[in-house]
Amino acid sequence: MTHAAKSLAALALSALLAPAAPLVAAEIWVTNEKDDTISVIDIATLEVVRTIATGERPRGITFSKDFSRVYVCASDSDTVQVLDAATGKILHDLPSGEDPEQFVLHPNDRHLYIANEDDAVTTVVDTETRKVVAQINVGIEPEGMAVSPDGRIAITTSETTNMAHWIDTQTQQLFANTLVDARPRHAEFTAGGSALWVSSEIGGTITVFDTATQAETGKITFDVKGVHPDRVQPVGFAFTEDEQTAFVALGPSNHVAVVNTQTLEVEDYILVGRRVWHMAFSPDKSLLFTTNGVSGDVTVIDTAKRQALKSIKVGRFPWGAALRP
Amino acid sequence: MTAWLAALAAITQREALRFIGQRGRFVAALVRPMLWLVVFAAGFRAALGLSITPPYATYTTYEVYIVPGLCGMILLFNGMQSSLSMVYDREMGSMRLLLTSPLPRWWLLVCRLLASTAISILQVYVFLALAVIFGIRFGWGGYAALLPALVPAGLMLGALGLALSSVIRQLENFAGVMNFVIFPMFFLSTALYPLWKMAESSALLRDICAVNPFSQAVELIRFALYQQQNTAALAWVLLSGLVWLGLAVWGYDPARGLIRKAAK
Repeated sequence: MTHAAKSLAALALSALLAPAAPLVAAEIWVTNEKDDTISVIDIATLEVVRTIATGERPRGITFSKDFSRVYVCASDSDTVQVLDAATGKILHDLPSGEDPEQFVLHPNDRHLYIANEDDAVTTVVDTETRKVVAQINVGIEPEGMAVSPDGRIAITTSETTNMAHWIDTQTQQLFANTLVDARPRHAEFTAGGSALWVSSEIGGTITVFDTATQAETGKITFDVKGVHPDRVQPVGFAFTEDEQTAFVALGPSNHVAVVNTQTLEVEDYILVGRRVWHMAFSPDKSLLFTTNGVSGDVTVIDTAKRQALKSIKVGRFPWGAALRP
Repeated sequence: MTAWLAALAAITQREALRFIGQRGRFVAALVRPMLWLVVFAAGFRAALGLSITPPYATYTTYEVYIVPGLCGMILLFNGMQSSLSMVYDREMGSMRLLLTSPLPRWWLLVCRLLASTAISILQVYVFLALAVIFGIRFGWGGYAALLPALVPAGLMLGALGLALSSVIRQLENFAGVMNFVIFPMFFLSTALYPLWKMAESSALLRDICAVNPFSQAVELIRFALYQQQNTAALAWVLLSGLVWLGLAVWGYDPARGLIRKAAK
């Protein structure tokens, strides 16, 4: 090969490789309930880098396994929207049942379990065929959704019935119902899947269940100094990598609680913006981003120091948050 | 030059001795801001999440917000206290001794100012150490950056005290200083509420707060605690400090100043 041919080949190779390795920094995508938009925060600069239009009242948000697509519950448009994560363009809608609020993507990367708040059902949608696979009758006003890491169990919590409904994902049938405190809003399995946590907004507690027996094993209560107990309303929460710590959003108390998952004791309270809803970690989980509905911003928490670093203005009434690494 | 330094050393020593001798004054100077921090700020705990204004990047609790203002309060009260002791010195005759020194009078006043500011700064750091017990801590860098902010702020408030002391002829008049200088300066500032909160009440109130040199001193301290520089506040503090010092020097000038007028 001549020298010229070699450099040509090198040029061609680099041209081929360049688009394959885009230098996209990790981002946090935040749905703004009132603005019908998604605010995208660059984790490196902690600034909003772009805003993407969505359907009406976007709330739940989650990415596909390969992060190429993003699913958004457009509650008032009665649909789940699928967006191209790279361009932010709406690709298509999925049938979701009425008023989808939260959902969870099954580990098979294909089935979305959607809570239909107004219909008292959980809808299972196949994201490939874009068809409803099953509709499962659950309690009144279903909201919180979770799926076990092995994909065998899906959970729906119903706000008015005050129950966690256990769904066998093989048969798409309920196999257990467990009572929790008033208005359960969020459910999450621990990373190993051995325990299920359910937060109760009005009850002001988190109930911990053993996944194998569905028996209650513990309850977490909160007490924020100087805040009336009625305003301490646990909603979204997330676990650190080692599962030793959970961060719990406490709604209108404007605080995030730091909970020791072994002792179920609250170790710290971190002041954030007004009415904190949900949260998402940075890729290394060193930063936590909380959505503060009323103050319209996202507070960035240093998870090691347990300190709020910065609050970033986003759209009106931010609600859901998801990481795009 | 050595005479100048000797004067500085002597005056500083005298202030230090007075300070050590009046342990009650030291305790009082700490109890006052601690009461504000523990009792007053506690009542405002429910008003959580004060809106974000620089230098804050996120929400702060009220007791964290109020700390720079209380540091300023220590400087303000100490400045006034020092003016009170000038009046005392004048009544007791020890000032006459000082003023017979052949050194220029402005230098004697500056020495006095430096000495009392050094003591104020010491008190501010003790207060901040006590605040840590109540869970209010800042970064080490913030504590270090605070020192260069406390010096001009302390000097400015001390100079105000000096200027006032040239007018006040009797100790009894100090109550007037409390009513007409300390309280308005403290309450019409950003020590207790941020400017936007004042603006909610009235635009005039906000403007008064904004031009109040004490506000600027507090903001200088506030920014320094977060390792940020507030150039506008620094300029305002330096400018007003020079004006007060000029007034004090003029006031203590026997040929022209208020001492002469007072003697008449």
